[in-house]
This record gives sequence, structure tokens and C-alpha cells, in this order.
Amino acid sequence: MSTMTMTATTAAIPAGRRNVARILTLEARYEFLKLLRMPAYVVPTLAFPLVFYMLFGVALRQGPRGPLDFPTYLIATYGAFGVMNAALFGLGVGLAVERGQGWLLFKRATPMPPLAPYLGKLVMCMLFGTIMVSALFTLGATAGGVRLPLATWLSLAGVQIAGAVPFAAFGLAIGYWAGPNSAPAIINLISLPAAFGSGMWIPIQMMPGAVRKIAPFLPSYHFAQLALKTIGMDHKEPVGQGVAVLAVFTLLSLGLAWIGWRRDEGKTFG
Amino acid sequence: MTHQRQIDDDRPLAELRGAVKKYGAVTALAGIDFAVQPGEVVALLGPNGAGKTTAVQLLLGLLRPSGGEVRLFGQDPRSTAARVRVGAMLQVSKVPETLKVSEHVNLISSYYPNPLPAGEVMAAAGLLGLENRLFGKLSGGQRQRVLFALALCGDPDLLFLDEPTVGLDVEARRAFWSVIEGKAAEGRSVLLTTHYLEEADALADRIVLISRGRIVAEGTPAEIKARVAGRKIRCRTALTLAEASALPGVRAARQEGELTEVFTNDADRAVRELLQRDPNLSGLEVEGADLEEAFLALTGADSKEEVAA
Repeated sequence: MSTMTMTATTAAIPAGRRNVARILTLEARYEFLKLLRMPAYVVPTLAFPLVFYMLFGVALRQGPRGPLDFPTYLIATYGAFGVMNAALFGLGVGLAVERGQGWLLFKRATPMPPLAPYLGKLVMCMLFGTIMVSALFTLGATAGGVRLPLATWLSLAGVQIAGAVPFAAFGLAIGYWAGPNSAPAIINLISLPAAFGSGMWIPIQMMPGAVRKIAPFLPSYHFAQLALKTIGMDHKEPVGQGVAVLAVFTLLSLGLAWIGWRRDEGKTFG
Repeated sequence: MTHQRQIDDDRPLAELRGAVKKYGAVTALAGIDFAVQPGEVVALLGPNGAGKTTAVQLLLGLLRPSGGEVRLFGQDPRSTAARVRVGAMLQVSKVPETLKVSEHVNLISSYYPNPLPAGEVMAAAGLLGLENRLFGKLSGGQRQRVLFALALCGDPDLLFLDEPTVGLDVEARRAFWSVIEGKAAEGRSVLLTTHYLEEADALADRIVLISRGRIVAEGTPAEIKARVAGRKIRCRTALTLAEASALPGVRAARQEGELTEVFTNDADRAVRELLQRDPNLSGLEVEGADLEEAFLALTGADSKEEVAA
């Protein structure tokens, strides 16, 4: 980017450089502040996983340590659910709204690095995910009585937060196909059943057979299984399988987003 | 006008050459040749749907032309090299509302190699004291000033202002004009679109009149005003259009159902002439021609000239 800028440096522009790292940092910081000041995003993103965890993981758990350790299982899956939702809403609704307002078009007319708004939003989702996961872990370790080695806590958090990437990609696709008003509804219609059917709210082992048959076709199921693997409560499928499914899902989502972007460009500007 | 800015040479800063833009079957621009020269304030004036925004978006590289050529600082308008020298105020319905004015300015400034200091941007846009206000808490006039501030962030050589005062009341519009004039006086080139003749007159060195995707007239504000500001006379008359438009003081005439509409700058004289030629004339009405009608009159005037030739 700076090389392009330098070729433009003529008599009219004295030496000056943009700092792409600074642009991305500002973009992420302001995306974060933008949503932090928006209760309609913050409350569902941060509070839902915590409230659900208190209900299903702590209040309704079977016995102190039944055949399935609910508080421990659900700390993995509610964390995954929370990150998934933060990414879907953060990218999907955020882009649909800014696209509808003409704000993205304005930014495209500036010399902004083309990927900056998307990367900014991804980092913002991961920050929200980190806050949510930290709060959930605190709740688990206190009210839930969950005991895990530090390394396990960290690897669980790492898997959960990395899960923002595929779902942010899917959110990007939704952001380019849905309108500003329909985007939240579409995301809820997709994410709530997907979370339920992937064993994120109630352990997959307790689901009816039909749901368990469908689950492997859901990217969210594989995300949940990867999170559960860090605490040894997964279905023992190979790591590579889950990662491969999510990688393909990410690429398909990016492809869909790209088609939507082209379509959008065709409609608005082409 | 003095040009305090250094410009590489006197090539146009922005240029459309035979630019055509079609949206499916609809032709928004039907081949336009148009340029902004260094130091100029140019207004693209036209009614809604004339193709003004399309022209701006082509020049900003937000649209691909269906035909013809678009150059910005002699380059592809999508190139970063061209974009760092341009600032744009587009018709954005909303800017993210939960960021402060200073935060918006800070972010947009970071995209440019030589941004204006934030304090200067705020002062130029008349936003001093509002730095810490969330965008969502601003009035309509203040919001337009933020959009203007964002166009100034990169210290541009060329400013694009697409309908900068649309939706503002008269007072806010005038306040905004003086803000724009301040920037133009520094020798910055400005391309402004508007459907207010008064606005183009107040701000521009040169007005380009555009209607239905074509340029219908071009000139100084005084020249354009003489051609479009006028009155419309409606009447029922036995005179043919050719006879009516040949009357002294009449610019153009057209048939509207059984009524004849006559466009003129001198309504008194035109009415006298009409009555003299056709004593049976009836249903006489005189009203101000709005801009849209003025354009029709101009298009009519063009065809009259063709007939005369």
C-alpha cells in the first residue's frame, strides 16, 4: 500500500506515508467502541450465553457429577455458541446496516485499504468473544464448580475464539445478501436452530436420534466438537475432520460473500 | 481567484470523456464530456434523476462506465494514488451513530498520507465544540457538516460534494455555503452537484446543466441564470408553437394538452405580444418556471435553434 502511495507522491503531495497497521488498529478499536455503545448488540452477545449457562449448566444440572458433567460440557458449548453469535451478528448485521446507509460506499471512495472494514469487524468480534468467554469461565469456575488445568482453560478459550473466523465469514455473506432490516431475523433463524441441533445448548448425547443424524452436517456441530475435544468430552472424531469442515465452510462463505458483493456492485454501481 | 495550491500541471483534475452509464435498459448518462480544471468550482446542476450522482460516482471509481473514459488526476479513479488526492461528500443516509465526531475524523484521516490536523478539519467544518458528541446525537445540519469534515480529512486537491445541502433548511443551507466557500477560497477545486439553481449560483465559477443524462448547457452562473430563470405562460391560443416561440422575449414553447406553454424571461412583454397576435387567446396564467421546466425549455430551445438553422 505504501509503495502505491509513494508512486503518487508528486509535487503536490510532500512525503507522507500511511501506516496500514495503524489503520487496522483504529478500525478494530472503533468497531469495538461502536458496538460497545450499542446495547442491542452487547446485551445479547454477552448476556445470553451467561444466562443460558446459569439456567442449563448450573441451576438444572443433574446431581453433583452425574454421568455427564453438565457444567463442564456446557462451558465449552455455550462459549462456542456465544462466539458464533457475536461473529454472525457483528459481521452480518453490521455490514447489512452500513451497506444500506451508504456508509460502505462512502468508505470505498476513500483510499481505505479494501479489506480494512472486514478485518476491523473480525477483530472486534474476537474481542467481544474474549470478554464473553472470560466471564463464562469465571462463572463456571465459581457457580459451576468447574475445575480444569490452566492449559486446558487456555486451549478451550483459544479454540472458541478462533471459531469466530468461519462464522464471521458466514456473517459477511449474510451481510452482502440480506437487507439491514432482515439481517437480524435471518441470523436468528439460522443460528438458533443450528446451535440447538449441534448440542450447544443441551448436550448432543441427549438429543433425539434424528437430530444426532443431522448434526454432522452443521458447521456449528464441528465447532462445538472441537471445543469439547479440549476437555475430552467430544465424540472422538479426528481434529482434522472438524478443521477441514470449518475450512470448507469458511471458503464457501467467502465465495458466497464475493458473489453477493459482485451482485451488490452490479445493482448499486454496475 | 488565487490558487494557493500547487497542481502538477494544468491537465484536468477529473474528466469524463464520452461517458455512458446504463443500468439495464435505463440510460443514466448518455455520453458526457466534462472536466474539472485546477482551481475551479464547478456545479453539476440538474433535476432529480438527471444523472448527477452517476457522474460523481463514475469519477470516484465507484461505478464502472458502460462506455467512454473516466480519469481522475490522469489515472484510473480506483487507484489509491488518485483517491488520496480526493475527498468526497456523498449522499450517506447515516454514519455509524455510536462513534464520536472526533473518532470518525480520526479514522478517515488515517487513510491518507498527509491528513489535515483534526483541529483544522473541525474548525473548517464548523464543528468545534462537538468533537465528543456521538454522531447519533447531532442535528441534521451538524450531520451534514460531519460528512463535509470527512471529505476534508485527507486535505484533498479536489472535493466532490454530492447534493451537500439536501434536506437542510434555508438558514442551515446558507451557513453551509459559507463553509464550502471557505474551502474553495483556498484554491481547492470543487465539483458540486445540486438541484438548487441558487446554490450553484452562490458557489460555482461554472455551471454545467444536465438533464436526462445529457449536458444541455454550460456557462457562468450569470449565463445559465439568464437561460433558465424565467416565467411560464400558459394559455389557449390559435398560434402555432413555431409562431409562439418566435415571439420577441420568448425562449421556447411547447404543447401541453390543449394548452400552450411559453417560457420567457420577460413575461410582461411576452403576454403583450401573445395578445397582440391572438386577441382570442384565453385561460391565461403566468407562473414561475421551476428548474425542471426550465430544462425542458432549454431542450426545446435547442430544437428551435435546429429548426431555425
